[in-house]
Amino acid sequence: MSGSAFDWIALAEYSAIGLLSGGLLALIALGFVLIYKGTGVINFAMGEFMMLGAYFFYTANVMWRLPTLVALAITLAAVALVAALIERTVLRPLAGQPVISVLMATIGLASALHGGVDAVWGGANLEMPALLPRKPFTVGEILVPGQVVWSFVLAATIITAFTLYFRFSKTGVAMRAAASDPITAYVLGIDVRRTQALTWIFAGMVGAVAGIVVASMTSLSPALGGAALGVLAVIILGGLDSIAGAIVAGLIVGLIESLTAGYLGGKVRDIVPYVTVLVILLVRPYGLFGTRQIERL
Amino acid sequence: MRIGDFRASYAHDESLWPTRVQRAWLGVLALALIAFPFGANGYQVSLACMLGIHVIAAAGLNIMTGYTGLISLGHAAFMGVGCYTAAWFAQRGVPFFATLPLAGATAALLGMVVGLPSLRIKGLYLAVATLATQFLVVYVFREWDSVTGGVRGVNVPNASLGGFELLNDQRMYFLIAPVAVALLVAARNLFRTRVGRAFIAIRDKDISAEVLGIHLLRYKLAAFAIGSFYAGVAGALLGYFYRAMTPEYFTLQLSIFYLAAIIVGGLGSMLGTILGAVFMTLVPELLRGVVAGIAQWAPRATEILSPVQQVVFGLLIVGFLVFEPHGLLEIWRRVRRTFHLWPFRA
Repeated sequence: MSGSAFDWIALAEYSAIGLLSGGLLALIALGFVLIYKGTGVINFAMGEFMMLGAYFFYTANVMWRLPTLVALAITLAAVALVAALIERTVLRPLAGQPVISVLMATIGLASALHGGVDAVWGGANLEMPALLPRKPFTVGEILVPGQVVWSFVLAATIITAFTLYFRFSKTGVAMRAAASDPITAYVLGIDVRRTQALTWIFAGMVGAVAGIVVASMTSLSPALGGAALGVLAVIILGGLDSIAGAIVAGLIVGLIESLTAGYLGGKVRDIVPYVTVLVILLVRPYGLFGTRQIERL
Repeated sequence: MRIGDFRASYAHDESLWPTRVQRAWLGVLALALIAFPFGANGYQVSLACMLGIHVIAAAGLNIMTGYTGLISLGHAAFMGVGCYTAAWFAQRGVPFFATLPLAGATAALLGMVVGLPSLRIKGLYLAVATLATQFLVVYVFREWDSVTGGVRGVNVPNASLGGFELLNDQRMYFLIAPVAVALLVAARNLFRTRVGRAFIAIRDKDISAEVLGIHLLRYKLAAFAIGSFYAGVAGALLGYFYRAMTPEYFTLQLSIFYLAAIIVGGLGSMLGTILGAVFMTLVPELLRGVVAGIAQWAPRATEILSPVQQVVFGLLIVGFLVFEPHGLLEIWRRVRRTFHLWPFRA
């Protein structure tokens, strides 16, 4: 590119980082999509699940000095318990209530969890151990931070595992059946309550892993809870009920965010998800792969 | 025991306050509202001012969400627009009786723009769209330095009427309280009209409403405009009340606060709006008092005040949704019924 003022290397780097960090967005989006598919709710407490997972992990790994894998197991178990408890005490009694009730319930939960974490662990920034290797990857002149690459690999593994689980395992198929038509599934002998509880548990665990990864790449504070709101752009773009959509949209949003951060600065980057949301909702409200809702009287 | 009230004509049935007892109580309430600032201390008066502002904003949100079924997570943004509009005009010498409607009108304009997609999207999607608007508008507040003063915010000159400056909370009370009362009565009246009934029809089932000949886009936009108008006026009053305002005030948390207020109070009811707004404003104050009491023995207690407030706030929302979905209004009705039917059980 002789004589050209345009820095192609930088563009390639921004793009690579964007696409790779999109993996993490897709993982968080998976948490949203699972719950939306399973129970028809956008879970505004998703960020708080991430935060909770990261704090549990910090407690087990740093404060109790347990090995990483043991700490991870404890974290997942604890978050699963919290998610199951929430599903049983809050979401199940609200089944069949209007959208706004369920929406507000998840917002209330978010506030309660956020305050709870703040009260227990304090609002200060905590230093998480770096879990993913930092060693950067280089392809030609392009340099990508190691954490970004490994987080992508991790996210891709988890998403693939879930896809396979829903495709082949008996419980997974039951969950899909219950998601697509709860009443028919119920008649066919599927325990819909159990699948819905499982949905929340899975989403909670996905959120916890995402939270741990995000916190280990940046730092840990209650502000982590707000991180998931930006991911709404991903699920709206992908279509609320499509895992494939979440992946594609995660990559796209990651790319857009990285490019705006690179060329227009961090301030503009922060509003990219919301601009994206508005544009999609105006042009194609059901997203790239979402089910088009048909309403009848 | 009261047996019941009989309404012999349509006019009587449609009247705002059909019984003599109600009108008598309203008179008592009006007198109490007028007398209040003379008997209360400074803290109570400023709290009452905040209550008035919250009630106005919550009423606007209830018109949109409770009566028309349009969920908005961007109410604070509309308030912000009202506040900055009022500040901009007030700095140029426009008196408050002109800036308040101007603030409302500007917010209503923005509300209509935001409401435009509401014909295609609803429910959760609309919630997400208004959430996005909330963040975008606050971003504009932060970046549009020449009008909003950026992160430093704006100063709002004292409201004054013919040289009489509203320079303390007690005088502000006499601006806020009448505006709040007027807007609440207007809202009650709205739902006796064709427009208000159309809103309710849209909430109950928008497709059916359309079949009945209600122009969906027109009425949804109207709901957005009216709701945002209330928010704008509330925002303007907020600006006059605090005399300075930064973008940090109009956060998503504030939008959620108003949603919580109308849910806790009772969706689709002005009495519910008042109950909810008062309740949600007083609970944190009450907690502050409790924590201050505990802090005498455990000095660390004050550190966890704000997290505890957050937890209580969240649990209140969830608790009301699960155990009392119709809110404080339903509790109020039950209590009233008990008294009406006494000595028999309700």
